[in-house]
Amino acid sequence: MKKTLCRILVYLFAFFVAAAAFYPFFVMIISSTHDNYNIVAKINVLPGDKLKDNFDRLTQNIDLTRGILNSLMLAVVVTVVQNYFTMMAAYAFSKFQFKGKNFLFSVVLVAMMLPGQLGIIGFYKEIQALKLLNKYFTLIIPTISNCFAVFFYKQFLDGALPNELIEAAVVDGCAELRIFHRIAIPLVIPALVTQGVMTFIGTWNSYLTPLIILNDKKKFTLPLMIATVRDATHADYGAQYVGMLVSVVPMVIVYAFASKIIMEKIAIGAAVKG
Amino acid sequence: MNAKKRSKYAYFYIAPFFIVFLIFSLFPILYSFVLSFCDMDVLSGKFTFVGITNYKRMVESGYFFQSIGNTLLIWIMSIIPQLTIAFVLSLILSNKWFRGKFLLRNIYYFPNLVTPVTIGLLFGALFSYPGGAVNNVISMLGLEAVDFQNNQMLARMVIAIAICWKNFGYNIIYFTAGINSISEEVMEAAQVDGANGWQRITKITIPLMKPILIYVMVTSIIGGLQIFDESKLVFTSVPGNATTTMVKYMYDSAFVRFQFGYGAAVAYGIFVIIAFFSLVSLRVTGDKKDDYGKKREGRRSKLTRK
Repeated sequence: MKKTLCRILVYLFAFFVAAAAFYPFFVMIISSTHDNYNIVAKINVLPGDKLKDNFDRLTQNIDLTRGILNSLMLAVVVTVVQNYFTMMAAYAFSKFQFKGKNFLFSVVLVAMMLPGQLGIIGFYKEIQALKLLNKYFTLIIPTISNCFAVFFYKQFLDGALPNELIEAAVVDGCAELRIFHRIAIPLVIPALVTQGVMTFIGTWNSYLTPLIILNDKKKFTLPLMIATVRDATHADYGAQYVGMLVSVVPMVIVYAFASKIIMEKIAIGAAVKG
Repeated sequence: MNAKKRSKYAYFYIAPFFIVFLIFSLFPILYSFVLSFCDMDVLSGKFTFVGITNYKRMVESGYFFQSIGNTLLIWIMSIIPQLTIAFVLSLILSNKWFRGKFLLRNIYYFPNLVTPVTIGLLFGALFSYPGGAVNNVISMLGLEAVDFQNNQMLARMVIAIAICWKNFGYNIIYFTAGINSISEEVMEAAQVDGANGWQRITKITIPLMKPILIYVMVTSIIGGLQIFDESKLVFTSVPGNATTTMVKYMYDSAFVRFQFGYGAAVAYGIFVIIAFFSLVSLRVTGDKKDDYGKKREGRRSKLTRK
């Protein structure tokens, strides 16, 4: 009897927190279908019929499709470029003996501990001097220097790729890059997928760097556009909520496919926040 | 073919990473350091060497220390409920009889993926005055609507709630991995000895989880010290800049007031603060023995040993 009561209380608590966690989403979804008077004046529980109106007012102010396409393009390109080149560096650290290896790897380890904002002003001034402001290049190429990814891949390669396999390929006369592409990469696909999903989400969500680099509205990523919605629409809450809703939908899709990968990454690689 | 001959390829493999690292990571950090001793003329964009003036101003003006205070307050208000709720829920979800784990864990975790910009706007709208969703609930209960934005402490609290909402699900997954790593034998032995559920939690799970709890608590401050998005986006203006965090202060100095030299000095100020807390956290968590006198091998190995 006491046990049952206890369990009911536990369930109540767990569902109460779940309800609290879902509440902001609930407000967002429901409010996006109401007009501004309803949003401000009363508590809405049932969906209204103003979604289309809100959406139209939002798209009058910002080019939503463009923002989504920009963000998507950027996230995909960064994911490919960053993971390809960091994997290359990790492969060298894991499978080669070369002069300066230990020194260079400790540089990677030390750089991992530096906070991201330390060099941002120098970065901005450098980019300005190189005339690279407002270019996607600036948001793509510098992401190659992700030390977390190099560290993560090196750990994985150490375990997943036997030296004998590479030696056998060398004896058979396989060209170096071919070994990397045909032997190393296929064996580390799980790590690539895990880290790739993280890169994708991180790029999709990133705000500070695009904020200082991009100033042409046509090049804005989705987060930058969403951030301007409040200024562009004044007190138009209906349009704002639709904008937020649109920014959440892609993450729901990613999560539907990758939730297991994301959870595993947190559980195993918790020490390597990347 | 010998390994020595092949080793030259290694440089080819690390070249792209290190070239980019030198140009876009290391150089900006050093350049920032140089800039922090300079003053920029807004009109001409020319830098002049001014010595330690920027650092002196940072220490003397008080705004930087105020931003440290804001950051720490927001961090404490978010980390305490965040870890408490996450720990209790991960204990609940680790029960075998509990149904609906999968669904709940996903609901708890999902806010972690939402774009920080959206979180900022969403909480700004939820807690707006007088017509925000939260105020509508408060009014319905017959209480007076609260102006969150114009109360320093409440404004900080709203940002703390937003961060707590975003991160507690992450910690649940993290703690669950920790709880799962506690060996079955210990639990079974306790059960055989007649320990009830409550005793197993307080006498086994919590003591064994203590190192992980402390570790998460202390290391989370390093992330907490870098709060920016929420600080910038939840409220547009708060009296006395009560929600301006350190990174937001740096951003404002450099990219709003165009004092790049001063901003660079603030960046190095932030670095010193973070380095200080990192060293403290290393001292607290490093080289500790767990309750069985066994040396902890760090959290990675602890978690992989499922």
